[in-house]
Amino acid sequence: MRRLSYARAIREAHAQLLAQDPRVFLIGQGVRNPWYAGTSLQDLDKEFGRERVIDSPVSENATTGAAIGAAITGMRPILFHPRMDFMLLAADPIMNQAANWSYLFAGQVSVPVVIRAVINRGGEQGAQHSQAVQALFAHVPGLKVVMPATPYDAKGLLVSAVRDGNPVLYIDDRWLYESEGEVPEALYEVPIGSAAVRRSGRNVTLVATSYMASEAAKAVEVLAGRGIDVELIDLRSIKPWDRNLVYSSVGKTGRLVIADAAWVSGGIAAEIAASVAGDIFHALKAPIARVCLPDAPAPTSAVLEQAYYVGAEEMVSAVEKVLL
Amino acid sequence: MNASDDRGTIEQALWRMMVLIRVVEERIGELVSVGEIHTPCHLSIGQEAIPAGVCAALRPDDSLWGGHRSHGHYLAKGGNLRAMMAEIFGKATGCARGRGGSMHLVDPAQGIFGTVPLVAATIPLAVGAGLSSKLRGTQQVSVAFFGDGATDEGHFHESLTLAALYQLPVLFVCENNLYSTHLTLKERRVKDNIVESADLHGLSGERVDGNDVMAVQSAAQQAVQRARAGNGPTLLECRTYRWRGHVGPAADLEVGEDRRRELDEWRQRDPIARCRERLRAQGLSSERFESLEAAVRDEVEEAVSFARQSPAPDDSELLHHVYVSRRGV
Repeated sequence: MRRLSYARAIREAHAQLLAQDPRVFLIGQGVRNPWYAGTSLQDLDKEFGRERVIDSPVSENATTGAAIGAAITGMRPILFHPRMDFMLLAADPIMNQAANWSYLFAGQVSVPVVIRAVINRGGEQGAQHSQAVQALFAHVPGLKVVMPATPYDAKGLLVSAVRDGNPVLYIDDRWLYESEGEVPEALYEVPIGSAAVRRSGRNVTLVATSYMASEAAKAVEVLAGRGIDVELIDLRSIKPWDRNLVYSSVGKTGRLVIADAAWVSGGIAAEIAASVAGDIFHALKAPIARVCLPDAPAPTSAVLEQAYYVGAEEMVSAVEKVLL
Repeated sequence: MNASDDRGTIEQALWRMMVLIRVVEERIGELVSVGEIHTPCHLSIGQEAIPAGVCAALRPDDSLWGGHRSHGHYLAKGGNLRAMMAEIFGKATGCARGRGGSMHLVDPAQGIFGTVPLVAATIPLAVGAGLSSKLRGTQQVSVAFFGDGATDEGHFHESLTLAALYQLPVLFVCENNLYSTHLTLKERRVKDNIVESADLHGLSGERVDGNDVMAVQSAAQQAVQRARAGNGPTLLECRTYRWRGHVGPAADLEVGEDRRRELDEWRQRDPIARCRERLRAQGLSSERFESLEAAVRDEVEEAVSFARQSPAPDDSELLHHVYVSRRGV
């Protein structure tokens, strides 16, 4: 099958959705500029015109609110926030408005908006160009949150997000943009709320989100070399998350490690750990381990960054620890 | 019918709408006082000319976006009185089926997509409705109603810029009642110049006597025509005064330095009395006023009875509609 990069897969989903549905439009900061978006939106303005591909001022509140108002009145906007940190300026439209309106108005109003946020860390960018605050949004009833880790899912989850009737946060990670994988040319959907088993195994369940799923694939190889058979689950959606798949895997292995490249306290790993401990405690043979970021803002110095970020190495240690 | 008869007919309809809003809100105030209504109710008594005048310039498919003080907006745009009253009573027959109360009103069939109390929150949503109209080519206009307090928020300024930049069919209606909860305008800004935000952000702007319903209607008409013709958004700063306190029926006489004096002055500029005076000069009889007003009172009492007799929501519905189940495509 044809191979595409993660960023190109995102671009293809946008192009096909814009071509297929006149209600779809794109708005946000830097949609014309590769400095913001890599190749993930390249030349969409040339292909579909600047009426539908709108490069906006640095007005997170107004652009987010406008995308929501357009969604309520019949459009299918895709909103682009090139940095998740900056998106926090739009916390009101996302958390108070988009998330609430269906419930508040008893289903008479819906908000079918896709809010795309890019995690763009590393490179000595520091605390306000690096944050991964997916848990904040997964906490809020009314929002769905997806985090694709592969080019295939990057395309299919964007399609599902645009076609969903609810506000969906689509969070992609800049560290994945150049990774390649098989991507069908036709439009297809990856269902929201469904995780994927990347490797079957008997000894330990490793659940990973987004970029950590690609790191986990490396960890699993190292562990296989040491005779440890890991079942790797790429969570793909963090709200709702695939309880059934995680529970059935833990039911088989009895051991669980969760990797999420975000702060450890109150994060998605904590939510999964609490759910597993509360619902299938009897299945566990060992304490649950988490591989997350320390509870500190991201530093700038490369030396400190190296110490701050976690990856395959920490996952290997965590898996070995739960097997002791 | 000649033009002045036509104008007289409009003015009579606007007078009736203003009376409806006032009678409804006075009744809500009484029901709050006796403890029959519990949800926080923000009354717009004294400000009725603005919703009545603006909404008279709109088409049914134009959209309306409001805030916490939006009973008048809802009624003037064609919202259902019984459904609003039942909502305020927290009943299953309410316009939001008991999930909204006074501060969250909705009637999508009338273009009322929502009123919510987070200050300024619906201003960018109205911009989005304008963008939607422009992209679909429907010539629908969207109207955001908000108070002077909302102009202290970044939402307001960002939204004005976006609407002007993309020449969107949006009408920003600031009901400047000179108070943001307990703070007077001069305690919040150096200059009394909200209307100047229009020029600053590149859109049309006009300061209007918000207690003159025909002046409001005329300014709104021009703004709506401009928007529909593709000539961009307008900010109307409608000067008015809140007769009651921020929330509930009390007058909040303790706020501001000059609240009592201001209140006396502004009561002399009662939009309903001014309109009635003009209609009387045009020959409308006292009997006619009385019979119209009696009909309004009956309508309001009927809505109160409907709300009282309606069932409460079933608690089995608690978790319904957190998400919509229907798909987009």
